[in-house]
Amino acid sequence: MSTAVFPDWQGQPLERILYHARELVEDADFPTVRRWREAGGKVVGHFQVYFPEEIAHAAGLLPLKLRGAPVEPTQAESHFGSYLCSIIKTSLELALSGRVKLELFVTHPICDAARNLAGVWGRNVTYPCRILYLPQNPNSAAAAAYLRDEYDRLRRAVEEIAGRPVTDDDLRGSITVFNENRRLLRALYALKRDRPWLVAADEAYALVALGGLIPREEHNDVLHAVLPLLEQRAAPRQDRIRVILEGGFCEQPPLDLLRVIARSCYVVDDDLLIGLRWITDDVPAVGDPLANLARAYVDHSAHSPVQHDLRKPKDRMLLERLDGARAQAAILMSAKMCEPGLEELVVHTRALDGRGIPYFVSEFEENMTSFDQLEIQLETFVENLLFD
Amino acid sequence: MTTPVTNAGIVGRGNAAGAQLFRDWFQGLSAAAEQGRGAAYVFVMGSLAELLRVFDFPIVFPEINSLQAAVRRVAHEYLNEAENYGYSPDICGYVKADVATQLRGGAHPMGKIPKPALAICTNACNTYIKWGEIWERMYGMPLFTLDVPGSRGAGLASPRGGDDFERDRRYVEAQLGELITLCERVSGQRFDVDRLREHLRHANELTTGWQRVLELNRSRPAVFNALSDGTIYLGVANGFRGTPEGAAFFRDLVEEMAYKAAHGIGTTIEERWRLVFVGVPCYPIFRRFGELFTDWGGVFVNSTYLRFASGGANLGFVYDLARPIESLAEGVLLGVRHAMDSMFFQTDALVEMIDTHAADGIVYHPIKSCRTVSTGLADTRRALMARRDIPSLFVESDMMDRRVVSEAQMKNRVDAFFEGLGARRHQAAAS
Repeated sequence: MSTAVFPDWQGQPLERILYHARELVEDADFPTVRRWREAGGKVVGHFQVYFPEEIAHAAGLLPLKLRGAPVEPTQAESHFGSYLCSIIKTSLELALSGRVKLELFVTHPICDAARNLAGVWGRNVTYPCRILYLPQNPNSAAAAAYLRDEYDRLRRAVEEIAGRPVTDDDLRGSITVFNENRRLLRALYALKRDRPWLVAADEAYALVALGGLIPREEHNDVLHAVLPLLEQRAAPRQDRIRVILEGGFCEQPPLDLLRVIARSCYVVDDDLLIGLRWITDDVPAVGDPLANLARAYVDHSAHSPVQHDLRKPKDRMLLERLDGARAQAAILMSAKMCEPGLEELVVHTRALDGRGIPYFVSEFEENMTSFDQLEIQLETFVENLLFD
Repeated sequence: MTTPVTNAGIVGRGNAAGAQLFRDWFQGLSAAAEQGRGAAYVFVMGSLAELLRVFDFPIVFPEINSLQAAVRRVAHEYLNEAENYGYSPDICGYVKADVATQLRGGAHPMGKIPKPALAICTNACNTYIKWGEIWERMYGMPLFTLDVPGSRGAGLASPRGGDDFERDRRYVEAQLGELITLCERVSGQRFDVDRLREHLRHANELTTGWQRVLELNRSRPAVFNALSDGTIYLGVANGFRGTPEGAAFFRDLVEEMAYKAAHGIGTTIEERWRLVFVGVPCYPIFRRFGELFTDWGGVFVNSTYLRFASGGANLGFVYDLARPIESLAEGVLLGVRHAMDSMFFQTDALVEMIDTHAADGIVYHPIKSCRTVSTGLADTRRALMARRDIPSLFVESDMMDRRVVSEAQMKNRVDAFFEGLGARRHQAAAS
């Protein structure tokens, strides 16, 4: 589809582009999805964390990352029990309220709550709802071959939606587009790590999150335009501590919370929307594309609390992220009622204690609106470090 | 009304024998702990006990340990200890009770729990994996995650023998091969396929018996209470899977239940209402929780718990001893998938239970601790109500944490439920 669904940024200066990106990321009416549909496009909604978007893209469908939204779950609430995170409810709300219309919903059992989503959605919408079983035993020699078959199953599902076959060449083309996207995102994160005064945490976040809302070709265009502008930005380096932020792998902290953090810290690395940055290298665009995608998932990938991999112990991975970003401290956050996130806090705090690295711990919710208390606590934490 | 426990000692022996087996089991675990033997830590959904017994591992089910702590009313001590260590009040209580057990060097109300030499968890519950990672960090022992792909959607369980099923089965089989290698390394024992056959044979008897016992509860009156008696049988089905003791227990239990069915002998109360239970029992007040229903003549005739918490043993899958590894992979795939379906796509199963067991009502008991089981229950209740005109009760508490168990409030809800059932029956009789 050639129609741009996010034309707002074109010809705009950097600050306006960032403004439009933030506005779009916070817009619970998903205007880019609406425009895509108005142009005759179909949409595959995929729940957090990782989804092989190339497969939907190769079928000409828009892969839409469902990551909750700033909405009240007035209809969804009655479909769930208590003691649940917000993202589970607000994501369903998007479907029940009609804010987001899909042709296919895919979810991976990332946690005990989310693994119920395919069942709950399937009982309440008319389009197909599928579970993608990404391997939780990536250390098995059979995992990549299994995943290749699992991706083939997904290919068949999207072919039904698209009404046409998805060829290997289609997939290779999509891999090429996504490889470029991954390179651009890595460049953005390198900038954030090496010259964090040029791009604030909330700005980088908005730029990444766009990718889940618009076709990847458009996202690439945005990033191609923005990265040089960020490089040229006249932003002075300030005396702020370098921190990593952990806890944004699924439910997302509100942009205002990231702004609060960015006011007192340089966030030099994080796990925000890690699924969009899951594959860490280029995926080969020759050979069996599904096998290549599977191999990349298993062997060339990031880490998160919801994937088990013996090669990636959670405490070591945290310290590697910290060291790799040359961070002085960590902000450890967990979404309220997020079991994997809360469990990881214990691992992370102990790992940091073991190295004598300062950290700040907090819980958040995507729909929180008051940050005063947290900002005071965070400033106190930062001042203690700066004047220690 | 039930007949007293006479009948040549048949009636009631299952409960007594089950309790004795449990005591013996925990004594065995205590002895293993004292000898410093490392155990295999496993979970109820896909324990692989049949395979692990080949290597003579003492088998520990941390879920069962935790619920035993709750039933013995000391769970709060363990929860507090784990929370002081850093674990949130908002995570699974089973995990926290186990963390505290480990911090106490294995001290548990039923005995002493040996440390793990290895742990095996399936992906049937994500908390299994996070839990296993805790032991990995505590002890540095190997953790094996067995991936068992479930149904890819409602009604999408790939049919046995089809291409998709075969691919999943091969994946499970390949992992089993890797697990065997790991077990050999950890135990220092060579894998013996004949011993595996022997354990599979015992497991076959057990699962066949388990399936038959559940069927026999279609009798009126029901021959056992799925909530109370059923939990004892479930414990044996898990803890003694693949053993001659487990096989014998279920052989005897089938005999007992068949005898009761043939003689019209029910549970210990006069059955007025036949109920289906959905969720996990309220273990912190287990006895009282059951009484809230039995006081009104309510008997649980079936439950989803007896399905998923037995790892799908209710399917009665029989291993083919001529091709043990292949068949084990197939059985694990079918059983664990069925267990998952019993939680996430349970509407058809509930409709079937209502019909085959002539249920009058259905009780949903979601719990704070277990999001795997509880997240979708409000929605499945809506779906079930659209398919069957049957009264239901939705009451929320916990399986471990008495801080979120409000007995008085629960009793009010249960009483109102039974009053509604009574009014409904009265109206039906009048019309």
